[in-house]
Amino acid sequence: MGRYFRRKLLIYGLTFVIAVSINFAVPRLMPGDPVARMLTRNSVSNPESSEAMRSYFDNVFGFDVPVWQQYLNYWAALFKGDLGVSVYAFPASVSSVVLDALPYTLALLLPSILLSWVVGNALGAKAARNKLLDNGVLPIGYILTAVPYMWLAILLAWLFGIILGWFPVAGGYSFALTPNFSWPFIVDLLHHWVLPFLSLFIVALGGWAIGMRNLVIYELESDYSNYLQALGAPTRLIRRYAFRNAVLPQITGLALQLGVVVGGALVTEVVFAYPGLGSLLLNAVTNQDFFLLQGILLFIVIGVLLFNFLADVVYVLVDPRTRLGLEGGQS
Amino acid sequence: MSAEAVLQTETVGKRNEHLYFALRNPKVAIGMSVVLLLLLAGLVGPLFISADPMEYIGPKSEAPSADYWFGTTYFGQDVFAQFVHGLRSSYLVGALGGGIAFVIGLTVGFTAGYRGGLVDEFLNMITNVVLVLPALAVLIVISSYLEVRGVVTQAVIIGLFSWPWVARAVRAQTFTLRNRDYVDLARLTGKRAPQIIMREIMPNMASYLLMSMILLFGGAILFAAMLDFIGLGPSNAVSLGTMMQQSMAWSSLHLGTWWWFVPPGLAITAIVGALYITNVGLDEVFNPKLREM
Repeated sequence: MGRYFRRKLLIYGLTFVIAVSINFAVPRLMPGDPVARMLTRNSVSNPESSEAMRSYFDNVFGFDVPVWQQYLNYWAALFKGDLGVSVYAFPASVSSVVLDALPYTLALLLPSILLSWVVGNALGAKAARNKLLDNGVLPIGYILTAVPYMWLAILLAWLFGIILGWFPVAGGYSFALTPNFSWPFIVDLLHHWVLPFLSLFIVALGGWAIGMRNLVIYELESDYSNYLQALGAPTRLIRRYAFRNAVLPQITGLALQLGVVVGGALVTEVVFAYPGLGSLLLNAVTNQDFFLLQGILLFIVIGVLLFNFLADVVYVLVDPRTRLGLEGGQS
Repeated sequence: MSAEAVLQTETVGKRNEHLYFALRNPKVAIGMSVVLLLLLAGLVGPLFISADPMEYIGPKSEAPSADYWFGTTYFGQDVFAQFVHGLRSSYLVGALGGGIAFVIGLTVGFTAGYRGGLVDEFLNMITNVVLVLPALAVLIVISSYLEVRGVVTQAVIIGLFSWPWVARAVRAQTFTLRNRDYVDLARLTGKRAPQIIMREIMPNMASYLLMSMILLFGGAILFAAMLDFIGLGPSNAVSLGTMMQQSMAWSSLHLGTWWWFVPPGLAITAIVGALYITNVGLDEVFNPKLREM
């Protein structure tokens, strides 16, 4: 078990270092001059102020020292929690802007990921070896996995927001209200939350259902199932064993799918103008706010790594073979 | 001589058998026809319709009619013209991005699985790192720094970050194959490693490789659509993702111009969904246990 965790932690640590290094290297390696672009963006025409801004940005990027020292400085700043100052939300710091948006994204992501996983697995397990249900679940599942996240979000917004008018289609809460802990505000928050959540939930559902269906079929054809059947064990029992074995790869799958789901959440938020990381990202892109952009990337990477580690812990708890250092749970 | 002839007819027979079942499998037939039909629309369509899909040609925000099959945009651009041009770039991104990811995944997977030892440790580590890295976030950062973005550059960076799961699967399969007797025999005859991999190992997982190529193709199309939607699409061309982005940016939800955002998303869903269904069909073709006949 110790070896398993050491290996995993090594990979996550390495991933973090590489993500930070990408963040550091991209602005310096890309063709073009980001500083010049920021200056033109701010349309500074006065040569003197342009010069002052240029030296300011050079200073912020730390361009005036050798590259290796820039790299070390970058890490040092990172550990102090200093991700720079956001241009778009000046003078707020990047970390504070991102931390403000983070709760909204988490409130969308966590319930939709977990619920779609649970419901999808239950559906898939039911559909396996059940002709009637299978004929419905399989095609719908494949179509759902093929739907681009933002398109389903647009369709839901159009149907339930514009045509039926049941839900609001933009924002995290009504602009008439100020955020506070009162019932009307919480109800309003939930009202705005339903559609983005639903769209994330539905898109992810299909993949889990299909995966579970295939795994359960595979398990039901394996030797132990046949043996149990030959012994005359009840079908319910056999199916329960098959399900428990099939859940293991799905836990790994949950961790692996996370990057895609986070991407889906970003574009879904853009559709609904939901005030999470996705909308922030859109603002950063349109305003060419590079510090903010990279800050968001770092937060996403850290989140994904934490979640992966959590999935590993769950895997060890669920699968005794990893605990005993036998097979399973390879890195 | 005669043994060779028998062997040859056998392999030919097997290949024909796969083709026979592939053409008669309804899932493969339906999936492939949808993919090919839309590909045809993307290839031929732009030849007949105006060369410049961004041109302002007609009335603004008009519903679909005989003149403008898919209606017009808020600015009076022909949605159908944009649609066929978008199809073209989607297929290009899918083929190029998926192809690059396929080549990288294959190279890494075969090298790691065949060589083993330290090389394997190193490559496996890289594979795992890229696997955990949230690809879309990295792609967003990289493409936001590009001043001029084209369909090709987009495809290349998508390809560079979507190969790891192929590499993992290929590595695992190579592990089980590399110590078979016929591989040892090939090694004894003095064949070089790349040749052994190509001639002895790869044919044994040809079906798997074909299917993973299909999945990579679909995945690249979805990735590109997401990037386009955030506003990081090609700056010189129309794509299905930028169409959706534009329609949202000019509030077509509130104006009710549904013909602007429905076709692009529907086309992506149709292409990727048809690819997945083809995949299931191919699985049945290559794995006789799953056949329903």
